[in-house]
Amino acid sequence: MAYMKRSPWIIHYDGSSCNGCDIEVLACLTPLYDVERFGIINTGNPKHADIFVVTGSVNEQGRQVIRNIYDQMPEPKVVAAFGICACSGGIFRECYNVDGGIDQVIPVDVYIPGCPVRPEQIIDGIVRALGVLEEKLAKMKEDGR
Amino acid sequence: MIAWLYGIAFVILAPLLGGLVAGIDRRVTARMQGRVGPPILQSFYDVGKLFEKERAYVRASQNFYILGYLIFIAFSGALFFAGGDLLLVIFALTLSHIFLVIGAYSVTSPYALIGAERELIQLMAVEPMIILVSVGFYLASGSFYVSEIAAYGGPLILLLPGVFIGFFYALTMKLRKSPFDIATCHHAHQEIVKGVTTEFSGSTLGMVEIAHWYEAVLLIGITWLFFAWNPLVAVVAVALVYLAEIFIDNTTARAKWGFALGSIWLVTLVSTVANLAVFYIGGMA
Repeated sequence: MAYMKRSPWIIHYDGSSCNGCDIEVLACLTPLYDVERFGIINTGNPKHADIFVVTGSVNEQGRQVIRNIYDQMPEPKVVAAFGICACSGGIFRECYNVDGGIDQVIPVDVYIPGCPVRPEQIIDGIVRALGVLEEKLAKMKEDGR
Repeated sequence: MIAWLYGIAFVILAPLLGGLVAGIDRRVTARMQGRVGPPILQSFYDVGKLFEKERAYVRASQNFYILGYLIFIAFSGALFFAGGDLLLVIFALTLSHIFLVIGAYSVTSPYALIGAERELIQLMAVEPMIILVSVGFYLASGSFYVSEIAAYGGPLILLLPGVFIGFFYALTMKLRKSPFDIATCHHAHQEIVKGVTTEFSGSTLGMVEIAHWYEAVLLIGITWLFFAWNPLVAVVAVALVYLAEIFIDNTTARAKWGFALGSIWLVTLVSTVANLAVFYIGGMA
């Protein structure tokens, strides 16, 4: 039961981020923050991942991609929107090519605003996502799946 | 009877030892990179989690092939530790990898196809060396049986230094370490080298991980045979060999498959064949 919390694997997708949040996500892997000490691995593969980390807002071209990655992830899965653009569209919200936050396409479990998100916030967000992941796993077992 | 107990003990204990070795490997790797690194038991957490995930697959047959991979790798290891025929161990090991390759081919995904091809190249590169290791053991000890090689009584490493160098070179690829981690490795999660496991998820991916643990313990066992005359020396030597592999993993960049294949064949040819030639010239064979 406790395994899910100890080994969260992440897939990171850049919606239409300015790369600020992406660089902060990658900064988490560096020796200073070293998220691998919590068992967090940045997989590049939705089929291996437990947490879907999205940075940047949704645009028309990204809709299908986000949907596709989400559908390929095996249950239980959690979506975390990192950065204000992923949460609501941020300063790009009114742009003609931007649809808004990630929740326009897929259900989001954790919203972490910030421009950009700090690595500390990212780690905190993933820890919160783990709580949701545990709940979903418990529900999955209840449903007998 | 006792021999088969060793084999059964391998099937039960090797995943525990292999998972522990993988955990220590990740920790030492992290320390070499100036990081704290995951807990020693992290590999067990990962596999435990994978078995909790939803069973999602492209084709049902892929789960069967991966089960075959796991069973045959456990069989080859059990045969080795039961003191069986080294040649049969090697053939069973090859067969297990063929199951992995078929599993990757069966899903018809472009990533898995490239991964399967790279796995085949890996087999091609390493197989001559592994077979020559058993030939070397035979020439030195007069038997293909692991139990008799282990009971030889003298330092085989002094009779087979060239074979050991070749084996060490190929071991880098067998343990899926840089610069020869052309088919799956433990770091490059976003890259094509992970191709062979792309379409496996949940418990199927967990079985691939457990098979890696079995294989690591089997390879440690083969390394042990070179030093088997003195258990204390063997423990130190095996630890040093593994540490050296981790060090090489962290200090080299990945080679292209052509270089990996060519250089392993070259080292095999030069060091191992020279070593074996000495046996014939010296009339010891």
